[in-house]
Amino acid sequence: MYNKSLKQLSTSLQNKELSSVELSQYFLDRIKRYDGELNSVITLNEEAALAEAAQADKIIHAGNAGPLTGIPLLHKDIFCTKGLRTSCGSKMLDNFIAPYSATAVNKLTQAGTVMLGKTNMDEFAMGSSNETSFYGAVKNPWDLKTVPGGSSGGSAAAVAARLAPIASGTDTGGSIRQPAAFCGITGIKPTYGSVSRYGMIAFASSLDQAGSMAKSAEDAAYMLQAMSGFDEKDSTSVDRPPADLVSGLGDSIKGLTIGLPKEFFGDDLDDEMRQKVEAAIDSIKSAGASIKEISLPNINLSVPAYYVVAPAECSANLSRFDGVRFGYRCESPKDLEDLYKRSRGEGFGDEVKRRIMMGAYVLSAGYYDAYYKKAQQVRRLIKQDFVNAFKEVDIIASATAPSVAFTAGEKTDDPVSMYLSDTFTIGVNLAGLPGMSVPCGYINKMPVGLQLIGNYYDESRLLNVAHQYQQLTDWHTHVPAGFEE
Amino acid sequence: MSIQSEDVQKIAHLARLGVDQDQVESYAADLSDIMGMVEQMNQVDTTGIEPMAHPLDQVQRLRSDRVTETDQRELLQKNSAHVEDGLFLVPRVID
Repeated sequence: MYNKSLKQLSTSLQNKELSSVELSQYFLDRIKRYDGELNSVITLNEEAALAEAAQADKIIHAGNAGPLTGIPLLHKDIFCTKGLRTSCGSKMLDNFIAPYSATAVNKLTQAGTVMLGKTNMDEFAMGSSNETSFYGAVKNPWDLKTVPGGSSGGSAAAVAARLAPIASGTDTGGSIRQPAAFCGITGIKPTYGSVSRYGMIAFASSLDQAGSMAKSAEDAAYMLQAMSGFDEKDSTSVDRPPADLVSGLGDSIKGLTIGLPKEFFGDDLDDEMRQKVEAAIDSIKSAGASIKEISLPNINLSVPAYYVVAPAECSANLSRFDGVRFGYRCESPKDLEDLYKRSRGEGFGDEVKRRIMMGAYVLSAGYYDAYYKKAQQVRRLIKQDFVNAFKEVDIIASATAPSVAFTAGEKTDDPVSMYLSDTFTIGVNLAGLPGMSVPCGYINKMPVGLQLIGNYYDESRLLNVAHQYQQLTDWHTHVPAGFEE
Repeated sequence: MSIQSEDVQKIAHLARLGVDQDQVESYAADLSDIMGMVEQMNQVDTTGIEPMAHPLDQVQRLRSDRVTETDQRELLQKNSAHVEDGLFLVPRVID
């Protein structure tokens, strides 16, 4: 049951072989059984989920079911969910009951999904290992001593352990793709502006983008289809008709050109990583695609530019947490300044503080041109490199991360080395392009991710290339040992 | 760019962020490392390049000036522990 595709589950539901209540209870039981060791879920939504499932069963009986009606899922705890705690992985929001739901959540609810709970994440989505959460680190189901990646590490670990068929994620610098790679699942971040940011707690507004995490590209496509679309409540939402992400799955990829950026395959790339990624690219080639070397000359500056732009935007966005209107408030403040400083000092963890200070620094008087303006200029150069590359190729491929999942604690004392684990993913966010990660093998029994990057609004083709690859391979069907019962 | 303990104190104040005194030095060291990495940006000449504020270079969309929100004061104030007569309470600001 736990390894069935959304299509198979939907067929079983519509043929009345199984009710949504039974299916939801099945995954709730898996969460209760396995999540004690994984810590991938912060808040369980059992009672409300079973009520949603009963509602879905009525819709199915009335013959009005869509492809996601009655399908259980988990939402990253960065999405506001009305009436349910929305913590963003922070002590700051430990007591926050969202008064409304995010548009992405509402759209998935309208599509008939059943929310089982909220997944763990790095605090305010700032982290690449899920070790910065106020609710404790998430474990990687492939090896509990290693990290699941971050920041959507709870969603990735939960899908990998088959605690839910699909889960939502957000990706500001790789936060869907890197944990998808570390946990051996499929995740996609669409073009900036595709999924509404309304009700998604803001980290860096010009980079943040929600997406879907699933076992396969096909499942990710169904979920992303339901989440996407214009929303006037998000001023950066792109106003264009929604693309059909599903019916192109199965198209031939003969004649497509896959670009390999030489900067992502340099001498510093781990040999085993290179072998796995090249083998995956060979499979895609065998389906009729051709391969071309390309260059992204400024891509090595994406991590430096990102660590100006993202903290600058974060320091502005997180100024709303002032201890007054919502969120953590310190005890007995002696004056207003003390209220602000202690509420924020006690409510935020170390990494969030580092980034707020970094942002305040680069935006402070006298430094703006040297850092913020410079980073925005570098950002344009990086985008232009991608625009030029996409004149010659249809899809760009690389490793998703420079290594497989690392050991917990290994990088927590060295922020810069942690940041560099996003070196292949960050450029995509700076440019606003769609990108995804699909599992493509193992190094030392830990999953490896293949990153595929598409042109603007070309998610349909991107997902199909991943789907075609998954027709030729079965990595995406593997379940970590210990979670198979 | 090396960031000193005094810089950390200053930016923490600008951000109204309480920082433990015994952590100031380690923040200064971390931020210096990060700034060292950030300064790799100076390898490239960006003279004349227009800064990019939005990945798709979109302009801000305008909407018609009509009321769309309903009054949910009570619901929205439920997340604050210190509310009286529909107002948020803070320590006295004016004597």
